Amino acid sequence: MSTNPLLHIQNVGIRFGGLRAVANFTLKLNQGELIGLIGPNGAGKTTVFNLLTGVYAPTEGEIFFNGERINGLPPYKVTRKGISRTFQNIRLFNELSVLDNVKIAYHSLAKHSIFSSIFRFPKHFSGEKEMEEKSIEFLKIFHLDHVKEEKAKNLPYGQQRRLEIARALAAGPKLLLLDEPAAGMNPQETKELMELISFIRNEFNLTILLIEHDMKLVMGVCEKISVLDHGQLIAHGTPEEIRKHPKVIEAYLGEEVGEEHA
Amino acid sequence: MEWIQQFFNGISLGSIYALIALGYTMVYGIIKLINFAHGDVFMIGAFTGFFAISVLNLSFLPALLLAMIVCAILGVTIERIAYKRLRNSTRIAALITAIGVSLLIEYIFIYFRGAQPEAYPEVLAKETYNIFGAKISSQSVLILCVTVILMILLQFIVHRSKIGKAMRAVAYDQDAAKLMGINVDNTISITFAIGSALAGAAGVIFGIYYTKIDPLMGIIPGLKAFIAAVLGGIGIIPGAMVGGFLLGIVETVVSASGFSLWRDAAAFIILILILIFRPSGIFGKNAKEKV
Amino acid sequence: MKMINRFWKFMLLAIIIYTIIQLLITTEVFNLFYTNTLITIAINIILAVSLHLVIGITGQFSIGHAGFLAVGAYISAIVTMKLALPFPLALFAAGVIAAVAGLIVGIPTLRLRGDYLAIATLGFAEIIRIIFLNIDYVGGAAGMVVSRTTNWTISYICLLITLIVIINFTNSRHGRACVAIRENEIAADAMGINTTYYKVVAFVIGSFFAGIAGGLYAHNFYIIQPASFGFLKSFDILIFVVLGGLGSLSGAVLSAILLTIVSTFLQDYAETRMIIYSLILILVMLYRPQGLMGTREITDFFTSRKKNALKGGENL
Ligand SMILES: Nc1ncnc2c1ncn2[C@@H]1O[C@H](COP(=O)(O)OP(=O)(O)OP(=O)(O)O)[C@@H](O)[C@H]1O
Ligand SMILES: [Mg+2]
Repeated sequence: MSTNPLLHIQNVGIRFGGLRAVANFTLKLNQGELIGLIGPNGAGKTTVFNLLTGVYAPTEGEIFFNGERINGLPPYKVTRKGISRTFQNIRLFNELSVLDNVKIAYHSLAKHSIFSSIFRFPKHFSGEKEMEEKSIEFLKIFHLDHVKEEKAKNLPYGQQRRLEIARALAAGPKLLLLDEPAAGMNPQETKELMELISFIRNEFNLTILLIEHDMKLVMGVCEKISVLDHGQLIAHGTPEEIRKHPKVIEAYLGEEVGEEHA
Repeated sequence: MEWIQQFFNGISLGSIYALIALGYTMVYGIIKLINFAHGDVFMIGAFTGFFAISVLNLSFLPALLLAMIVCAILGVTIERIAYKRLRNSTRIAALITAIGVSLLIEYIFIYFRGAQPEAYPEVLAKETYNIFGAKISSQSVLILCVTVILMILLQFIVHRSKIGKAMRAVAYDQDAAKLMGINVDNTISITFAIGSALAGAAGVIFGIYYTKIDPLMGIIPGLKAFIAAVLGGIGIIPGAMVGGFLLGIVETVVSASGFSLWRDAAAFIILILILIFRPSGIFGKNAKEKV
Repeated sequence: MKMINRFWKFMLLAIIIYTIIQLLITTEVFNLFYTNTLITIAINIILAVSLHLVIGITGQFSIGHAGFLAVGAYISAIVTMKLALPFPLALFAAGVIAAVAGLIVGIPTLRLRGDYLAIATLGFAEIIRIIFLNIDYVGGAAGMVVSRTTNWTISYICLLITLIVIINFTNSRHGRACVAIRENEIAADAMGINTTYYKVVAFVIGSFFAGIAGGLYAHNFYIIQPASFGFLKSFDILIFVVLGGLGSLSGAVLSAILLTIVSTFLQDYAETRMIIYSLILILVMLYRPQGLMGTREITDFFTSRKKNALKGGENL
């Protein structure tokens, strides 16, 4: 297994003007793993996701997914290769219904052409019907089917987060990137989210990379954790190792590891 | 010396573009709005100058000053009535409003005055100097002098005065500036006042140099000045100056090479090339959108 | 199937409207003036709906739509007047060449965002106009004489085709991809949507129908001149979409009808018309930036509110 990781990030880095937001970052993810990515504010965690998904092209290093080099690919191609993500600041299609939000993720899996849609060929109807059925199935898994006609922007916060995960999953990823999915959730919602993450991981045979400030969540669900500080990887190991790691403690500057960050 | 001649013509045209472009760039720098109505402020400046010279019998400098004051007031009025409410709306809503304001000024003006053009009175004795075999009119020299003086003044205001500091602070980060005790509303209004005054001056200079003015005269120079601002890097004051001069020279060269009908197209082609290949302009830095 | 049923309802309504108006025209209840206004309304709806696809659905602010109208007008005029080919062929050619122009303009400019895109499209429209101004073959500034061929029937047919194509496009995975771009381009990209492709597609379809409108327009006025396709023309089209509600097809249709009637009455008072138009634009932006209809459709008022799944009209 370890000879052929699903995701292999090699010495990746990026500069924004003078700022080295991420430098010399290396990480291997094997099929089926759930790894946490933590670090203080501004450490470069979201930037790592942006590099993985093609939002930014790395200025140094290489990224291999499934043995294929993917750095420099535009985001939509990365998604089609099997990496999808959620965003730290929720990015739903606000004016669209919950159902349409999920349907959009199915977009590239459907095959009916523009031509057949404009002229309403049978392919259009069967294609759209399939998209609709699959999307509703998904919403059921996430307990969102009862609000499927609601506009995304009108959902309560917790449901918006869940919808974003549902949407990311609908795109059919092998690797799922979650950027602070529990941010702004109350303890009850967080607990449900943890269960949901474990559930989808088994159900969909997923590999997950999770950014989270909530240490309880991270320590609870992740097998391994990577710690970033000032764009540098300062530690990697099991939750136990991370908890005791002197550099991690230093990075959090006296903040007790395990404390919650709102 | 045909080319030197064209170069000087280009500089004269360019200084008018540069003066208008400064207003575009300052306003964009501070509230990220393409103030489409800026070209019409320029037009009102030209007509105010015309009125001051032919009706009030003022000489050049007082007429110039009057036009600048009227335009400053007009600029602030537009900002307070129309743009202030748009601070939190989308850039596109702001852009459409600005287009609306521009057309409103033009057609209200035509409604009350008519669309007929006006011939600018001669306020300055016309002399021609011979420099390297090129004929340079006293007007070109004057235009250049006035432009340069106004630009130096502007640099002084922006970099040395307290209000200039406030302007730069608001442009950099509006919320932080507010926290530092800067009156953001007033600072924005003053930016409009200064930018509009410069457009007013450009209007008078345009009238004297090209002698014909009309209520729709602001549209094309307005667009060109905007192109100049983008060329130099929108939001950057020296960029607007350089962009203005550059565009003026390019246009005169295109005309002089026998493509005068393509002159306007040249400006738009420059705009599109710049937007596509270097949207931050000559002096700008490229920034990535944060995700 | 429910959707097919809807399509026939739409067609029935369309035929009824056509028959009534055609009857009024043949019985001369509608004189030439009214008929003319109807043709203008049809042309303006085509323009409004084609721009709605670009701005309202895909969220790409193009303010140079008159450029494609000009391409359509000139190409169709060349086909009928210079090549002496039939009018329907001229209309088709107008659409195709305008679509090609849309492709050429769209590929480089649609990478730009927001107001930069707006300015670039404005610039391209001006360049297109200046090109026609400089081609002697089409009469330069003096323009081109065109025989009057556009009539109510052909305008109406073109209008129907435009509506059907754009509504069908909107209500499919492709239209949904475009709406996703409007709603959140970064998320759309992250969902596997090739955003550049869909922006260009929407732009090309929009340009195609603007070209058709151009063909109708050219053959409705005896003469076409570059001066008729300037920024003010683009602005006239923009206001239909903005006033109607960004994202609402029926809003664009309604405001096209309304404003065409208003400007017919103000035909001899051009300044007053422009003052009213610009005031409308400013007031809508200041007090109701989502436009009269927002993203809602007129059909939403008849069906239960919860049922509206997608913007852009009902399924056909
Ligand atoms: N597009 C950009 N341009 C310039 N700087 C950027 C850009 N994106 C991120 N940065 C900078 O890179 C650094 C890392 O940011 P990043 O968002 O990755 O941090 P983070 O670890 O996700 O922090 P947080 O916990 O607050 O989400 C920050 O200093 C940020 O300001
Ligand atoms: Mg982050």
